[in-house]
Amino acid sequence: MIRKPLRPLAEVLRARARGENPREIEKDNIRARHEAMKDGARLRAEGRLLILCIFFLGAFGAVGGRMAVLASSDPTEPKAARFGEQILSSRADIVDRKGRLLATNFETFSLYAQPQRMVAPKVAAERLAQIFPDLEITKLTGLFTGDRKFVWVKRNLSPEQKQAVHDIGEPGLQFGPREMRLYPNGAIAAHVLGGARYGREGVSSAEVIGVAGVERAFEDRLRSIDRGNEPLRLSIDLSVQAATEEILAGGMRLMQAKGASAVLMRVQTGEIVALASLPDFDPNQRPRPLTTGDQGDSPLFNRALQGVYELGSVFKIFTMAQGIDLGLVNAHTEIDTTGPLKSGGHKIRDYRDYGPSLSVRDVLVKSSNIGTARVAMEIGAHRQKAFLDQLGLLEATPVEMVEAKGAAPLLPKPWSETSMLTISYGHGMSASPVHLASAYAAMVNGGTAVTPTLLKQDAPQEGPRVISQQTSAVVRDMLRGVVVEGTASMADVPGYYVGGKTGTADKPKPQGGGYFEDKVIATFASVFPAHKPEYVLIVTLDEPRETTGEEERRTAGWTAVPVAAETIRRVAPLLGLRPGVERSLKSGVTLASD
Amino acid sequence: MRSVLFLSTASLVLLLAGWAYNENYKTKAEIAAVETLQRDIAAKGKRLAVLKAEWAYLNRPDRLRKLAEMKFDELGLLPFEPGQFATTREISKPLPVFDIFKDGVEAMARLEEAQ
Repeated sequence: MIRKPLRPLAEVLRARARGENPREIEKDNIRARHEAMKDGARLRAEGRLLILCIFFLGAFGAVGGRMAVLASSDPTEPKAARFGEQILSSRADIVDRKGRLLATNFETFSLYAQPQRMVAPKVAAERLAQIFPDLEITKLTGLFTGDRKFVWVKRNLSPEQKQAVHDIGEPGLQFGPREMRLYPNGAIAAHVLGGARYGREGVSSAEVIGVAGVERAFEDRLRSIDRGNEPLRLSIDLSVQAATEEILAGGMRLMQAKGASAVLMRVQTGEIVALASLPDFDPNQRPRPLTTGDQGDSPLFNRALQGVYELGSVFKIFTMAQGIDLGLVNAHTEIDTTGPLKSGGHKIRDYRDYGPSLSVRDVLVKSSNIGTARVAMEIGAHRQKAFLDQLGLLEATPVEMVEAKGAAPLLPKPWSETSMLTISYGHGMSASPVHLASAYAAMVNGGTAVTPTLLKQDAPQEGPRVISQQTSAVVRDMLRGVVVEGTASMADVPGYYVGGKTGTADKPKPQGGGYFEDKVIATFASVFPAHKPEYVLIVTLDEPRETTGEEERRTAGWTAVPVAAETIRRVAPLLGLRPGVERSLKSGVTLASD
Repeated sequence: MRSVLFLSTASLVLLLAGWAYNENYKTKAEIAAVETLQRDIAAKGKRLAVLKAEWAYLNRPDRLRKLAEMKFDELGLLPFEPGQFATTREISKPLPVFDIFKDGVEAMARLEEAQ
């Protein structure tokens, strides 16, 4: 910048020429220069002030805004979360369909010792052995006087035991808090629940993990924190389950069976209301798996779900239903029952000779293998396989238990003509009672497929259609016929219109090579009430023998049927089913207190 | 005029500071109280869980069945049977109205007679 001179010569000369004082010019110029400098300084100061203003405005605005937000937000407890987390870290409860506890957590303590802090290890060992008879003094003394710095002594102390240990007054004995999984009902629904054990164990806590059944299948759901502590609600009904197990145990004893199972399912929703398998176990003290012998004999083995058996004549209803649904036969079509029927070197015989022919209905009611096989011939292997697949009989069940995946049906390979004929009456392929229950539910509920589930459902399943409404009605009538006129006459529980089909299948030898002569699996698949089915009950007895008569009886009609009938009689009222009008009113009402 | 403004502002600030100080301590006291309450709730929650487990354990069907069998003479409890369902028509209604003065006296008289 060219600075303007204070006394420009040209102007001074001009002023002199006019006779003015040139100093005035200098003064003017100085003033102008000062004013310009002042203007600049003011502008700068104003700028600074503005910035400062904005800064303060921002700062106060922020404080004020925050205060406004605080004033308008809902008050919260600042430390609530801490305790919440503590509760959430535990496993969710499992309850039955009416909210009764099946599995819960129980606070308990584990006892550990720090030998280097112990005052009188020998005394402590003696006193501990008095409190816990299963501990040995010598072993404890060894542990307490050895080199180890940390020893677990005992798990899951009861409050009384804890107090007793506390009373020893030994500073080297300490307690670690534990959450124990508790099954208050003991062995009831043991197979469904499975059991739990400790996972990683620390001094101050230990994780509980499911080992089997629902506990294992819902591991993530039970431990998830975002579901809160919302209990897992199963479809099981505790009182129904207990009654079923009680009667099944009695029946198993009476029939001298080595095992038994029962599945009670709602036909519309696929909910399993009771699932029993005997012998059973106490999930609070889950036994170890067998190391030798057949796992099928272990109490841990769930016969209803894992036990895949050739179920025998109970399968006949599927053949009949398909034949009727395809329009190949109707309930009154006469079927040739002259035997034996030969196919590929295999002879199909009947339990006894039913004469030259029977109607389709009577083939089922009297349970003729030959008649059923003849209907299957009309259907063909391909269509039969597709039909059984629709019923879910060819794959493992999707029941929410870990064991379900491993229990796939055993199928013939290839699905030959002979297999087709034997499968039509339930031999040559194996399925579990749960499979059978859902297939029967599909037969009688109006003809839509049912997926078995252990979770409580609120609405009926809208499964794909398997057979028509009309066929389902015919099926129901035929099943009722089996009870009224056929092999399952003992199942006619007054008032509940039981329908069903018996099945007696010879047990295959474990090493292969044919079947046992005198060992059977007796099954009764029942539905009640037959005119408007609500429940399906499958009862299976393993190697039953009924010896009250002159000769030993093993057929399902004499073994599984009476057990199922008693179960229905006990369980139907618990399910809220009113008996129908055929209940004779001669004695009027029996009061509950009578 | 100006000094009055200064004075009043200063005293207002002092007042507010005092109020804020007070609030701060009250809040801390509340938090401590809430913490105690939370601990109480947690302890009660645990106790409740224990009681629920105990209730379920005492009500387990096996035990109830055994008790019912044991006390059969006194209670006469039997499993629920199909015959115990009734229609509303089978129940006499309307329920009789019990007049404490009239019926009560009659009942007493009947009782005395019976003795």
